[in-house]
Amino acid sequence: MFAFIARRLGLLIPTFFGVTLLTFALIRMIPGDPVEVMMGERRVDPEMHAQAMERLGLNKPLYAQYFDYIGKLAQGDLGESLRTRTSVWDEFTTLFPATLELSLAALLFAGTLGLIAGVIAALKRGSLFDHGVMGISLAGYSMPIFWWGLLLIMFFSVWLGWTPVSGRIDLLYDIPPVTGFMLIDTLLSDEEGAFVDALRHLILPAIVLGTIPLAVIARMTRSAMLEVLREDYVRTARAKGLSPARVVFVHGLRNALIPVLTVFGLQVGALLAGAVLTETIFSWPGIGKWLIESIGARDYPVVQNGILLIACLVILVNFVVDILYGLANPRIRHQR
Amino acid sequence: MTFTLRASIVLSLALGCAAVQAKPLVVCTEAAPEGFDIVQYTTAVTADAASEALFDRLVRFNPGTTEIEPALAEHWDISPDGLSYTFYLRKGVKFHSTPWFTPSREMNADDVLWSIQRQHDPKPPWHAQSGRGFPYFEAMEFGKLIARIEKLDSHRVRFVLNQPQAPFLADMAMGFTSIYSAEYAEQLFKAGKQELLNSQPVGTGPFVLQRYAKDAQVRYTSHTDYWDGEPASEKLLFAITTDPNVRIQKLRSGACNIALYPRPFDIPALKADDKLKVLELDSLLTAYVALNARHKPLDDVRVRQAINLAFDKQAYLGAQFGAEGASPAIAPYPSTLLGYNSQLEGWPHDPQRARQLLAEAGHANGISLSIWTRPGGGPTNPNPSLGAQMLQADLAAVGIKTDIRVMEWGELIKRAKNGEHDLAFMGWAGDNGDPDNFLTPNLSCAAAQSGENQAGWCDTEFDQLITQARETTELQQRAALYRQALAIFHEQAPWIPQAHPKQFSAISRDVEGFTLSPMGSNNYAKVKRH
Repeated sequence: MFAFIARRLGLLIPTFFGVTLLTFALIRMIPGDPVEVMMGERRVDPEMHAQAMERLGLNKPLYAQYFDYIGKLAQGDLGESLRTRTSVWDEFTTLFPATLELSLAALLFAGTLGLIAGVIAALKRGSLFDHGVMGISLAGYSMPIFWWGLLLIMFFSVWLGWTPVSGRIDLLYDIPPVTGFMLIDTLLSDEEGAFVDALRHLILPAIVLGTIPLAVIARMTRSAMLEVLREDYVRTARAKGLSPARVVFVHGLRNALIPVLTVFGLQVGALLAGAVLTETIFSWPGIGKWLIESIGARDYPVVQNGILLIACLVILVNFVVDILYGLANPRIRHQR
Repeated sequence: MTFTLRASIVLSLALGCAAVQAKPLVVCTEAAPEGFDIVQYTTAVTADAASEALFDRLVRFNPGTTEIEPALAEHWDISPDGLSYTFYLRKGVKFHSTPWFTPSREMNADDVLWSIQRQHDPKPPWHAQSGRGFPYFEAMEFGKLIARIEKLDSHRVRFVLNQPQAPFLADMAMGFTSIYSAEYAEQLFKAGKQELLNSQPVGTGPFVLQRYAKDAQVRYTSHTDYWDGEPASEKLLFAITTDPNVRIQKLRSGACNIALYPRPFDIPALKADDKLKVLELDSLLTAYVALNARHKPLDDVRVRQAINLAFDKQAYLGAQFGAEGASPAIAPYPSTLLGYNSQLEGWPHDPQRARQLLAEAGHANGISLSIWTRPGGGPTNPNPSLGAQMLQADLAAVGIKTDIRVMEWGELIKRAKNGEHDLAFMGWAGDNGDPDNFLTPNLSCAAAQSGENQAGWCDTEFDQLITQARETTELQQRAALYRQALAIFHEQAPWIPQAHPKQFSAISRDVEGFTLSPMGSNNYAKVKRH
């Protein structure tokens, strides 16, 4: 087991360097630089431009900038934003809870609904319901998030007035950040009705962000269930006269869940990628929106380290999932 | 009627009579402020959140115009040589009391000195504290302009300039000359927390910062001791909403009262909505094509005029900015500014006359030129490649062959400065509503020499007129000089003036007191909901 963990950890190092090199290079490939963007339509004089670049340490050759960057990383220094002058780590930790809250809500929505729909579709294979679920999930998977989000806003928020248009909470509530999780912070505050309001704000973005994972989970659950229900031990369970519910949920679903859980793990990356668009539509102050704006402003330290932090997170989740597999399945553990 | 309902009606009537509105004013803004130490920043949203809401300057623009009026300075004297400006400061101006600072004194000359010296004087500790430098102070070349600043007494400050500069007063209304509390700066310095100047600001402005939730909202309360009367709304909230579509949906659903910067293409639908009002104004932006007069055959005024005649401005405006998104440009600056020559008529779209002029200039067989443009769009040029293709087609129709060269904006500026281009799509964003801010940087002979004047056009008569106007402080006289200068510009055609993009805001019908500023800034001191 120890060798297995060490092998997995060893793989993390090149991945980590790959990410730093890639983000460092990609953000610099976009035309324009921070000073140019800062001055916008008011053209910047080349002399002033050179001075400003020097001040930001961007006049050095690229390889020197990269080594500076790696050197600072080694000391745990993520640098500070060129725009706001606050440390990247502080900005990340301020904004990350919003993204995490949204992602968890989306996963909860996708998981619950996806499992239920998948199981029923498998049990009623070939029925209208089955075709309906599979058709809708295919549509959900192919849906452009931007368009889907705006559509839901127009329908539920503007036309029906059921949900708020955007944001995490009505501006009339003044909720001081304690944990950064709005649902928890509203409970901690004395403001009456704030929790319900925060919950209402969470509904549409969670649905939009959860749509693609929902489609994936529903399809995955269906096919895993179909496979498991054909197994001998399920037939045996039925033959023993167990109740249909017990057969489906205890003998069927529990075994079908293994591949579904894999998909859950993989969806973490998908959720963070989806958050970039969802947060922009719903003015959700999380790391997705933060990164988009930082790319627009060519805020190199934020883009490099923001993406690095997210990549670390995805790597970490995958690492944990790998370890869990190893624990669960000795065949993986002993693979060479 | 239930008791609660009755009580709430009585209460709302009572509150309605009060001078200050209890209803918060919610503004959907297009982006998050980068910080609150305004001298470090140039974006409009940061200016609104900091210099307009939190700070004041010695002078200010009369709302909705480019005229200067007193603010923290009650009045001022200008020496006859135009080199020295003495400002008489208003007494009784209070700084914000906040959880992080309680002022012990009112605003005085020390605060003015600190605010400008910090940017002007490279001595530590405050100059280097801004890692971004002072972009506006530097771009306006204030370092070279100001010889020294003197404190004459506690309420009199004198600025001595190195050369006469009539737009100086307009410069002093810009965000980067905001007056900070020197006492607060000292407190931060003693505590070794200078960086807090950017997140816990203290000003004299109409609103006090309550809290900024990053990328989500900015909350202000009114500054009850504000020198210009208590602000009309007790609470001001910025809801940061980057998507223009969502800003409009929020306005429609009542979640915000003002939505800034709707897209020009959405304007007709917004105007048709009777629950909303659309405000529009020409902004201080000019889109133009510089015709490089250093290159043959563009040194011939007939060729430059022919190019102006060949250009179909109306079609260009419609395709680039939508039916209502921009006004056609005739001069280098929009008609809202001082000395605009309203007698000028734009060059008509007349390909036949263009061909005649070219033939007269000896180019009946056509000429070849290059058109330079940038890859990504900006406010003055939303779709650069489309724009360049439209110009190319117009010019082809009169026998001018062109090839389009797309290059990165920074590279384009650098090489245009060297004068390598023939025709270059350019834009200019005015800063202070002064005509000089458009003319000297872009069209003076000095700028032709330095390359900033991409037309490379140097007309001595025009140059004398704008120099004289820059050194004249009497407004009527200045205006007359500019009118003459603009007539020469028109005749000499060093540019194709294309468009002045408009700025828009959509507001709900219950909002009153909101005006757009030609400078593009938004001030909410007098805005309330009824």
